[in-house]
Amino acid sequence: MDGTFTQAWLQTVSGGGFPTLTVLTLLPMLFAIFALFIPGELGFAHKAMSLVGSLITGLVGLVVLGQFDRGAVGLQMVDNFNWIPSLGVRWLVGVDGLSLPYVLLTVGLTPIVLIGAWSAIEKRWKEFGIAMLVLETGMLGSLVATDLMTFYVFWEIMLVPMFLIIGIWGGKQRIAATVKFFLYTMFGSLLMLVAILYLYQKGGGTFVLSQLATVQLSDKEQLWLFGAFALAFMIKVPVFPFHTWLPDAHTEAPTPGSVILAGVLLKLGTYGLLRFAIPLFPAAMGKASPLLAVLATIGIVFGALMAYVQTDVKRLVAYSSVSHLGFVMLGIAVFNEEALQGAILQGVNHGLSTGALFLLVGFLYERRHTRAISDFGGIAKTMPVYTAFFVFITMSSVALPLTNGFVGEFLIFAGSFKEGVQSSILPPDGGGVAWRTMVLTCAGVATLGIVLGAVYMLSMVRRVFFGPITNAANELLKDLTWRERFLVGTISAFVLWIGIAPGAMLRLSETTVHAMVQPIRPQIQQVRSKADFQREMRNAAMIRPQPTR
Amino acid sequence: MDWNPSAFLPLIVGMPLLGGIINGLFGKRFSRQMVYFIANTAVLTSFLLAVMGFFALRQATVANPDAAFRTELFHWIAAGNYSFDMAFLLDPLSSVMIMVVTGVGFLVHLYSTTYMHEDPGYARYFAYLNLFIFSMLMLVLGKNLAMLFIGWEGVGACSYLLIGFWFKDMDKAEAGQKAFVVNRIGDIGFVVAIFLLLAYGNGSVDYDNLKMLFSDQVHTLAHAPTITLICLLLFVGAAGKSAQIPLYVWLPDAMAGPTPVSALIHAATMVTAGVYMIARLNFLFALSPHAMTVVMMVGALTAVMAASIGLVQNDIKKVLAYSTVSQLGYMFIAVGAGAFAAGVFHLFTHAFFKACLFLGAGAVIHAMHHEQDIRNMGGLRKKLPKVHATFLIACIAIAGLPPLAGFFSKDAILAETLAFHPETEKLEKYFEPGFERQAEAQVATEALSKGKTLGDIDKKDIDKKSAELKKDYIESIHGLGLFRKIAFGLGLMAALMTAFYMFRLYFMTFTGEYRGDKHTWDHAHDSPWPMASALIILAFLSVVGGWLGMPFHHGEWNKFFLWLEPVLSRGKELVHGHLEPAMEYGLMAGSTLVAALGVGLAWALYNGGTSDKAPQIAKASGPIYGLLLNKYWVDELYFAAIIKPLRAVSQLLFQLVDRFLVDALMVRGPGLILLGLSNVGRVVQNGEVQAYLVGLIVGVAALAWYFI
Repeated sequence: MDGTFTQAWLQTVSGGGFPTLTVLTLLPMLFAIFALFIPGELGFAHKAMSLVGSLITGLVGLVVLGQFDRGAVGLQMVDNFNWIPSLGVRWLVGVDGLSLPYVLLTVGLTPIVLIGAWSAIEKRWKEFGIAMLVLETGMLGSLVATDLMTFYVFWEIMLVPMFLIIGIWGGKQRIAATVKFFLYTMFGSLLMLVAILYLYQKGGGTFVLSQLATVQLSDKEQLWLFGAFALAFMIKVPVFPFHTWLPDAHTEAPTPGSVILAGVLLKLGTYGLLRFAIPLFPAAMGKASPLLAVLATIGIVFGALMAYVQTDVKRLVAYSSVSHLGFVMLGIAVFNEEALQGAILQGVNHGLSTGALFLLVGFLYERRHTRAISDFGGIAKTMPVYTAFFVFITMSSVALPLTNGFVGEFLIFAGSFKEGVQSSILPPDGGGVAWRTMVLTCAGVATLGIVLGAVYMLSMVRRVFFGPITNAANELLKDLTWRERFLVGTISAFVLWIGIAPGAMLRLSETTVHAMVQPIRPQIQQVRSKADFQREMRNAAMIRPQPTR
Repeated sequence: MDWNPSAFLPLIVGMPLLGGIINGLFGKRFSRQMVYFIANTAVLTSFLLAVMGFFALRQATVANPDAAFRTELFHWIAAGNYSFDMAFLLDPLSSVMIMVVTGVGFLVHLYSTTYMHEDPGYARYFAYLNLFIFSMLMLVLGKNLAMLFIGWEGVGACSYLLIGFWFKDMDKAEAGQKAFVVNRIGDIGFVVAIFLLLAYGNGSVDYDNLKMLFSDQVHTLAHAPTITLICLLLFVGAAGKSAQIPLYVWLPDAMAGPTPVSALIHAATMVTAGVYMIARLNFLFALSPHAMTVVMMVGALTAVMAASIGLVQNDIKKVLAYSTVSQLGYMFIAVGAGAFAAGVFHLFTHAFFKACLFLGAGAVIHAMHHEQDIRNMGGLRKKLPKVHATFLIACIAIAGLPPLAGFFSKDAILAETLAFHPETEKLEKYFEPGFERQAEAQVATEALSKGKTLGDIDKKDIDKKSAELKKDYIESIHGLGLFRKIAFGLGLMAALMTAFYMFRLYFMTFTGEYRGDKHTWDHAHDSPWPMASALIILAFLSVVGGWLGMPFHHGEWNKFFLWLEPVLSRGKELVHGHLEPAMEYGLMAGSTLVAALGVGLAWALYNGGTSDKAPQIAKASGPIYGLLLNKYWVDELYFAAIIKPLRAVSQLLFQLVDRFLVDALMVRGPGLILLGLSNVGRVVQNGEVQAYLVGLIVGVAALAWYFI
């Protein structure tokens, strides 16, 4: 290992295992470079090029899945090169049960989005195809990188194509939306960069996550650094009150942009929290988790209420994302095995269901060039297949059992109530009575989301699809083409599959979650109970700890 | 019979699923006959398998009274310490339920082949109906609460789709949505109860497991308030699904669906799911006399309230809808009083006569070209003899006149409500450690607040406190006895009203002179055979169904109660009673008299059409009549108190928080300062995208190469 990228690469190819993850990450970028040399007039060639690129990436993704050992703890298929020796930046990529579900979601959703874009994107296919491929590399890179600087590079790479997709192919207000999106996310990531550099300094010149996790930090440092990381990720999720960029970005983005944004990009926020912010600063998490739980709960209810009064279908779906990601955040804040498994799965679920909803809304937009709920009504008559798919995805969105949405939500709630009831109030891993009460309250309030979800989704479905046709333009609507059926049908199959047999997905992350919770949880709890402890020591000593099984 | 039905349980559930999938995906391309054939065969097969399962189970219970068949398919959800299986349980209770579901279900399918004959959406209709049967079977045949919940939500979704089946009518679509949303409110209670059971228990909601857990003195769960809380939450769920106060409002609106759907889903099967759930969890509910009393009283109040609304309604389906709400209230009186077997028995008989009534009403509506107002009917006896005969039988059955089915089940409920009482000694013993723990904590807190140390606490204080808590608990249970008498009284009142409004309906529809337009009358025709045969079978069962549960001191004549015994044993152990024979016969005579009185009143006022006296009474009753006619204004109240404020608050928050506070102040504010950044936007708009992308890729590559 002489330290240069090329040589390390060659050495790995010839000597060690095949660098699957490196290939996976860079393949889309490679195709993007190919695409640069194809003239822009050949729209079809670009459609084909981007699709082939994403499909091959998808195949590599399947190889990753095939090689993945569900029982193993820690990162797998690690490629570790000294990328920029002068700065100590390493090309350190690997997957575990936390990132693999999202890697699969990314490589699966990208081809679907690209096929969907055949009709949604009408101009500048060359640029669009390139942007999508670069975006895929950005997403995959963010998911597999465990060197903070590498991660940061990909995190930023991801922003640019998204920024362009909204800004070029977006709707009327796209510029305003782009600026908002840009301001929000740049603000977050700059703070994160500062925090990364501080850690780099502290950690003796390395960006490697596993090494930085052992750096000794004072409580104050932990809190500030956690704040910087968490803010960047919470803006991305987005967590209330950082969510207002999302409805605008979604509404103005073209369909493919919305699908990718909801499907993968938002999840990178929750992923980042789990991968970086919490393991690096567990003590700060202990202090912050009550706040996270409260914000998550507000997001669930607030997002649902906002969705209820939207007049634009796409905006409504965007606000529903705020609500749904609130559930994911609640699971993360609770941080026990059940809730975390639920949160990770719910991230994937949201990608599928909301992705499908955006796709479906896009199909309608392409036909009628409007998304106002009031412009529709009664279209179940003219578009029965479309309606069937839409209602089905709606059911998944409102978490009907045997669809994916139920499994995730159920586990998050089950974990939250378990935390509220069972978490011991005694040290060493006690969370304190206040924490228990708060989790129970949050979970209780969050159950309102179960009802409100049904209220806003079904109201919208009723007003768009049912009743008499009041607008003559809807009389002639064409039902879904085979291409469109194929796209939503594929997602629907996964919706059902995860709903009926979620075991495969849950087992994917089981070991990782277990291994993650075991060491981190006591550290989180300790801080929590320290705060509570003085106050409650006397009472707590008398109340018997709950028996643990 | 050496036939083990375990392997067939998934098939019972799977057949309707398969039928639903086939008709749902390809039904449009099939002929009507093909669709009918697939849908009917699927349910009939399930029914036959269910009957075979019943006989196999009967065989097995001879040797071992606790015998049951179990099938475990796979782990559905497993995470952390929690695990939920896809598993089925065929025991006496579920075997009764699946026979009712598939039996009545099949008759409704059969009936629908004629009823829906002119509807272009037949394939969709039968697909939904099949899927409903599938969900309902999941609900009753599931081996744990998670399975029950799958079915619970599944039937809700099918109900949503079927109520809004004629979606071009916005009112119908709204009714479907209302049903779904109101049910969801109840579901919150249900799921939270499940989560608490999981968290306090041992991470499993399997019935066998729960039953064991609750016959044992589990540490954390043997705590009376916790159990009461869980039971009440479960009941919130049951109240949503089974249309009890305050969540009953969706059921009358649900009549917007096709009438066979009302018969199957909103009368015979789905709405009884809440009763089933409580009977299934009898071992849990029986531990909380307080929660049981709430269940009983809500049931009793619902029974009376809904019956009173039914007195004055003129829409044939609305009368039946309120009647269903009222009869469900009856079932909740039963399970709340600890008369679990009687509750299930009434569920059983009610399925027959109410399905018969609804299908009869459907036949009337069908014959009258969608006329539903009984003021425009009359004299239909002559035109629809088959419908008339079966409708009359079902009316007698629901009115509670012997020897038809309703009499026996209603009588059992009233008698046991009065006679049963919780077994306080057993409860006391069960909660003993719980009281001790509670006392310990209270004494300690008290001592500490007075500045003493823990060492100062006297063990005797704890014992004293514990005894005190126990005494309060026992006294509070004794105080509940009065409610049984009230519930009994309300039950009798509801019985009187039921007999009255049912026969008012009967007389106004079938006797006297026809009051509608002549054209309709001329075209009215009796039901064709598929419809008539369903009616006749159900009418027959409305007669004989009750004989399975002959009273007479609940001896061995009462096959039905004996059959359920193994499932309900723990509940019976904790709540039971004894009725003197004289008392029992007295009650029977009394309830017969009450029913006869109701029928007689209806006869006097409505035989041969509305008599002059009826409007006079309505007028004399003043505002009460208006109150009943307008259903106590509950819908209006909910609209004004919940729906409108919800919308207003959402709108306000949207404008205030999202538009103004967060957006304008927090985002746009700094945004304006950084105005320069909008230049980025301008560049993008100019369209030099390619340059950007080239720059991006080249830049990254250059960076990489530079460092290498």
